[in-house]
Amino acid sequence: MTRLFRIQSKAGWAAFVVIFGIALVAVPWLNLMIPVDSPYHLPDYMVSLLGKYLCYALLALSLDLVWGYAGALSLGHGAFFALGGYCMGMHLMRQIGTRGVYGNADLPDFMVFLNWKELPWYWFGFDHFAFAMVMVVLVPGVLAFVFGWFAFRSRITGVYFSIITQAMLFAFMLAFFRNEMGFGGNNGLTDFKDLLGYDLHDQSTRVGLYVASVVLLACGFLIGRFISSSKLGRVLVAIRDAESRVRFLGYSVTNAKLFAFTISAVLAGLAGALYVPQVGIINPSEFSPANSIEVAVWVAVGGRGTLFGAILGAFAINGAKSYFTGAAPEIWLFFLGALFIGVTLLMPKGILGLASGLAARLKRPPAATPQQETALVAGREHA
Amino acid sequence: MPDADTVPAAAAPAPANKSRGRNTRVSEAKARLAANTILYVDGVTVAFDGFRALNELSLFIEKGELRTIIGPNGAGKTTMMDVVTGKTRPDKGDVLFDEGSVDLTRLDEAAIANLGIGRKFQKPTVFEHLTVFENLELALKTDRRILATLLFRLGAAQARRIDETMGLIGLGDRRSARAGTLSHGQKQWLEIGMLLMQEPQLLLLDEPVAGMTDHETEATAEMLLDIARERSVIVVEHDMEFVRRLGAKVTVLHEGSVLAEGSIDYVQNDARVIEVYLGR
Amino acid sequence: MLHRSLPCFLALFAALAFLGLAAPACAASDADLAAAVAKLGEPGFSEKLEAIETLATLGDTRAVPALQALTDGNLYLRDADNLLVVATEGDPDYRLSDPLTGAALGSAGFAELSRVIANNRLRSAIHTALAKLQIGDPDPTRRLAAAQEIARDNAPETAALLSEVLEHETNAGVRAAIAISLAKINLSSELPAERLAALKKLSDTLTLEVRTLLAPLTSANSDGSFAEPDPTVRKEASLLVSRIDRRLVLQDLALNLFQGISLGSVLLLAAVGLAITFGVMGVINMAHGEMIMLGAYTAFCVQEAFRMWLPESVFGLYLIVSIPAAFVVAGLVGIALERGIIRFLYGRPLETLLATWGISLILQQVVRSVFGAPNREVSNPAWMTGAFEPLPGMVLTWNRISIILFALAVLVAIGLLMRFTSYGLQMRAVTQNRPMAAAMGIPSGWVDALTFGLGSGIAGVAGVALSQVGNVSPNLGQTYIVDSFMVVVFGGVGSLWGVLAGAMSLGIVNKILEPYAGAMLGKILVLVLLILFIQKRPRGLFALRGRAAEA
Repeated sequence: MTRLFRIQSKAGWAAFVVIFGIALVAVPWLNLMIPVDSPYHLPDYMVSLLGKYLCYALLALSLDLVWGYAGALSLGHGAFFALGGYCMGMHLMRQIGTRGVYGNADLPDFMVFLNWKELPWYWFGFDHFAFAMVMVVLVPGVLAFVFGWFAFRSRITGVYFSIITQAMLFAFMLAFFRNEMGFGGNNGLTDFKDLLGYDLHDQSTRVGLYVASVVLLACGFLIGRFISSSKLGRVLVAIRDAESRVRFLGYSVTNAKLFAFTISAVLAGLAGALYVPQVGIINPSEFSPANSIEVAVWVAVGGRGTLFGAILGAFAINGAKSYFTGAAPEIWLFFLGALFIGVTLLMPKGILGLASGLAARLKRPPAATPQQETALVAGREHA
Repeated sequence: MPDADTVPAAAAPAPANKSRGRNTRVSEAKARLAANTILYVDGVTVAFDGFRALNELSLFIEKGELRTIIGPNGAGKTTMMDVVTGKTRPDKGDVLFDEGSVDLTRLDEAAIANLGIGRKFQKPTVFEHLTVFENLELALKTDRRILATLLFRLGAAQARRIDETMGLIGLGDRRSARAGTLSHGQKQWLEIGMLLMQEPQLLLLDEPVAGMTDHETEATAEMLLDIARERSVIVVEHDMEFVRRLGAKVTVLHEGSVLAEGSIDYVQNDARVIEVYLGR
Repeated sequence: MLHRSLPCFLALFAALAFLGLAAPACAASDADLAAAVAKLGEPGFSEKLEAIETLATLGDTRAVPALQALTDGNLYLRDADNLLVVATEGDPDYRLSDPLTGAALGSAGFAELSRVIANNRLRSAIHTALAKLQIGDPDPTRRLAAAQEIARDNAPETAALLSEVLEHETNAGVRAAIAISLAKINLSSELPAERLAALKKLSDTLTLEVRTLLAPLTSANSDGSFAEPDPTVRKEASLLVSRIDRRLVLQDLALNLFQGISLGSVLLLAAVGLAITFGVMGVINMAHGEMIMLGAYTAFCVQEAFRMWLPESVFGLYLIVSIPAAFVVAGLVGIALERGIIRFLYGRPLETLLATWGISLILQQVVRSVFGAPNREVSNPAWMTGAFEPLPGMVLTWNRISIILFALAVLVAIGLLMRFTSYGLQMRAVTQNRPMAAAMGIPSGWVDALTFGLGSGIAGVAGVALSQVGNVSPNLGQTYIVDSFMVVVFGGVGSLWGVLAGAMSLGIVNKILEPYAGAMLGKILVLVLLILFIQKRPRGLFALRGRAAEA
C-alpha cells in the first residue's frame, strides 16, 4: 500500500531504517558475539537497561500522540502502562506453577500467603499466553475508551483533563495497593520464571525481549506516523489549536480524541507488557502520579508533536537518571526539577526544536531537511 | 469567483439526510409554518444567570436570502449564532432548518455543520499550526467519520478545488504558509474560504470585515454578494457602510429580540432604532 | 450546646448542696458508727465481716477512710492500749491518726503496732461497702466508679440503695451507670412487673451498654422459646432496643459528620490557596503541596526555637507565632517563584503544570537535604490536647475542633480581603479583564505576584494546621495535592463558596463511605464519583455560566 510508504519522506525512511537497524542488529551482536573480555563487548545489564528504555520510549511516544498532537496532556498514562504490565505479570505468575515458595500449582504465592482458597475469576485465562496478550491490548484500550468517552464527551479539556486523568491514576494506585484486589498488594507480582518456555534469566531470552522491544517501538513509531501524517492527524492538530472551530467544520472532536487516546493507551499497555519481563517485577508504584508526570517531561525534552522527539527524550532522561542515581542520587531530583522548569521556559520545542532551528539557520533557504521532516508538526506538502 | 464548475450549485445534502434521526423530526404543523424558510427561529429564549441574552427572538430567513443583522453590544447577535450552530441550547423556542424539516436544538455542533450550516467567528479562528492548504483541506466537504478521515486521500479534482478557492480568497501564493503567519485580513478571508469548502446551504458570518482596510472591505462585500447568489447568508456587522453596500434586508436586534426589520433606509429612520443607537 | 448544658449545671449544683446538707441528717448515730469501726479491730474474720456490713448499711461516708485503710493494710492496733489507728509510714516512726475523725494521735515505732489483717473475702466485702458508701460522694467520677462497682456484684439487696440514689442523682453519666446497675438487678427479678419497671427506668439511658443488656431478652433460644417469658416485657425490651439502635445510628452519623467536617476543613485549608492561584489566576500550581510542606516545616522550626530559647511557660504560644511565620515564608517563596518562573508561562497552563511540578521536586529535595527524610514531630500545645464529649461515646478532640474553626476563620479572612480591600478589588479586576485593568493603571504584574504570594502563604498556614494532625515529612505536600485539586475542580473554579462546598462535601462523603467501604476503597469511590460528577458539571458546582465562562 503506497499510503504506508508516504507517511514519511525518503530521508525520514532512511533515518528510520538506519536507527532501528542499528538498534536491532548491533546491540545483540555486540552482546552475544563479541567475547566478554573485549572492550567492544556490551555487558548483559546494558541490554536489559536498553530494553527498559525502549519500553519507556514507547510509553513516551504514546503520550506524544495525545499530548503533542491532540493537545490533551494525560497525566494518567502510567495507568495504561501498568495495566498492560499487570496483564503480562499475571501470565508470568501463572507460568511459575509449582516452582513458587509454597509449591501451589493453583494459586500464586501471595494468595496462598493471604489464605485464599481459589483463584479469583479475573485471573482465569491468564495461563494462556494468547489470552494474556489479548488482555494487554484490551484492558488499557477499553479503559481508555470508556474513560475518554466520558471525558471528551463532556468537553473536559486542558488542565481539567490532566487533573482527572491524574485522579483516575491515583484511584488505580490506591486500589492496587489493596491486598484484597488480588494483584499482590504492595509487593505486586514478581519472582517470574519463564515466558513461553524460555527462562527469563537466560541472556538469550533477554536479548530476545530486547529485540521484541525494538520491533514494537518501530511498529509504534510507524503507527504514530501513519496517524499523524493522515488527515486525521491534521484534524488532531486542528483540535489542539482551536477545538470548537473543528466542531463547526463538522468533525466529531469527541471521536477524534477518543481514537487517539485509545490507540495511545494500547501502545502504552504494550510497552508495559514488554517492560515487566525485562525488569522482573510490577507493583503499584508504577501507578504513582510522579511517574506519569515524568513521562510528560521526556516528551517535552525531546520535542512534542514529533514522535521521534519522545523517543529521544525518553532515552536522554532515563540515561541521565541511571547515571545520576548511581553517581550522585541526591542530585537527581534537583536535576529533574530543573529540567522540568528549563525545558518549559527555555526550549518549549525540545531538543528537536532546537536542532531544527539550528539547521534552518545554517541552511538558508531552508530545504526540507530530515530534522525538519520529523520536527515539524504534520507540516507536509501535498504535491 | 465561484462558478458552476467549482461549486456544485445543488449542494445536495447527502450527509444531512443521514443525520436526520428520530429525534430531529419536526411536527407537521411547525413544518408548514416554516415552509420556504432555510432558517426558522421562533420564540427563542436563552438566559445566563438571570440575564436574558435572547428574549422570545423570532427570525425567518428565506431560501437564498442575504440578511444583515445589526444591533448594539449585548443585543444577542452572537448568542443567536450560538443557538443556530448548536453551541448554546435555548431554554425555550424552536430553531428549524431547511423548510422546518430539522430541529436544530437537538443536534450538536458537528451534526449541524454537516447539515450545511457554516459559521465564521467574530475573531478569525483558523488552525495556526497548519498551512493555508491544510486549513482548506480540513474544511473540504468529505466524509467526516474517523476511519474515513484516517484513510483519506486527496483526489486531483479536490486538490484543484482547493487551489481555486485559494486563488479566490487571494492566498494563492501562500499555499504552504502557516496560517498563524497570515495577517488579520488574510485570516478573515481564509476563514471565509474554509466556509466555501464546506459547501454550506446557510452561512453565518460574524463581523466579517472587522479590522479590514477599506479596500479589503470592498473586496469582501463583492465576494459575499457573489456567494449569496447560491446560498443563504446571514451577516452580523457593525460597519453601516458595509451593510449599505450589501443592500439586503436588515434586522435590528435589541435586548435579545427583534426591534425592527426592513431596508437599511427604513431601519435607519426608525425612531426606536435611533433611540437604541444614540441613547435617550 | 449551651442552652442544653445550663440547666444541667444548675441541677448539679443543687445536688451537691443537697448531698452536703443531707449527709449528716441521714447519718447513723455516732455511737453505732464508732462501735462498728472499733469492731474492725476484732481478731476474727467473721466479726470483721459483720463490722463491714454494718458500716455499709449505716451508709455513713465517715467510715470510708477506715475501710480504705483496711484494704490498703494501713489499719493497725496500738499494742499499748489496743486502740485502732491508721498508721502511715513516716521517718523514722509511723504517724498515727484516728480512723474515724482523722485526728493525729502521735507516732509510734513499727514494733509497737500490729497490723489488722484482711483476707480476700474481706477485701471484696469492703469493695462493695465502699461502693455503697461512695455512691453518695460529691465527686461524680467517684460516684460513677461506685455505681459500676455495685453493678458488678449484681446483689439484689443493693437495689433499694441504688433506686434511692437514682432519685437524687443528676449527673447523666452517673445516672446511666446507676440505672444500668439497677436494671441488671431488677431484670433478674421473678416478677414480670418489676422487670417491666426496670425497663421503664432504662428508657432514658440509650447507650450501647443497655443494648447489650437487653439484647438477650429479645432473642429466642435455640429451641424456639424466649429467654424472656413475659410478652409485654419482651415487647418493651425490643422497643427499647430499636430506640437505642436508632439513637446509635444517629450518633454514628453525627460522629461521621464531625469527622467529615474535620477532614473537610483540612481539605479546605489545603485547597483554598490553590483556589486562589488556580481559580483566580488560572495558574495550575503543582508545587502548592510543597508550600503546605514549607509551612509545616516553619512550624517545626518555630517550635524548636521556642524549645531552645524561650521559657517552658510560653511554649504553648509557638503555634500562634508559627501561623504568621509560615504565611510569610511560604508567601515569599511563592512571590519569588511567580516573578522568577511562572510569569513567563501565563497562558500556557500545561507548561505551567510541568514547570511547577519541577519546582515541587526541587523544594522537596531541598527540605530533604536540610531536615532529613524522616518524619519530624510537631507537638500539640497543651491547650489543644484533650477532647470534648457532648454525648456519651461522642468524643470530639480539641485539635480537630480547632482546625475546623481555624479553617473557617481563614476562609472568612480571605473573603473579607477580596471584598473590602483595595488589593482585593484590584485582584478581582485583573481576574475579570486583565488588559482593561492594566489600562486603568492597576499594576497587573504586581497584583499577580501578590496573589500568588497570598495563595502560597495560605498554603503555608494550612501547613501549620496540618502539622497538628499528621506527620511532617518532605512528602507532606504530595499527600494533599491530588485532593486539593479535586476540591477545586469539584467546587468550581474561582469561587470561595465553591471551595467550601467542595471541601466539605468531599470530606463528609469520604468519612461516611469509610465505615462501609474502608478508608482506601472509600477514597477510590470518592474519586470515581468525582470523575462521574465532572461529566455532568465540567466546570464544578459553582461554575459561572454563559459566554464569559467559555473563554
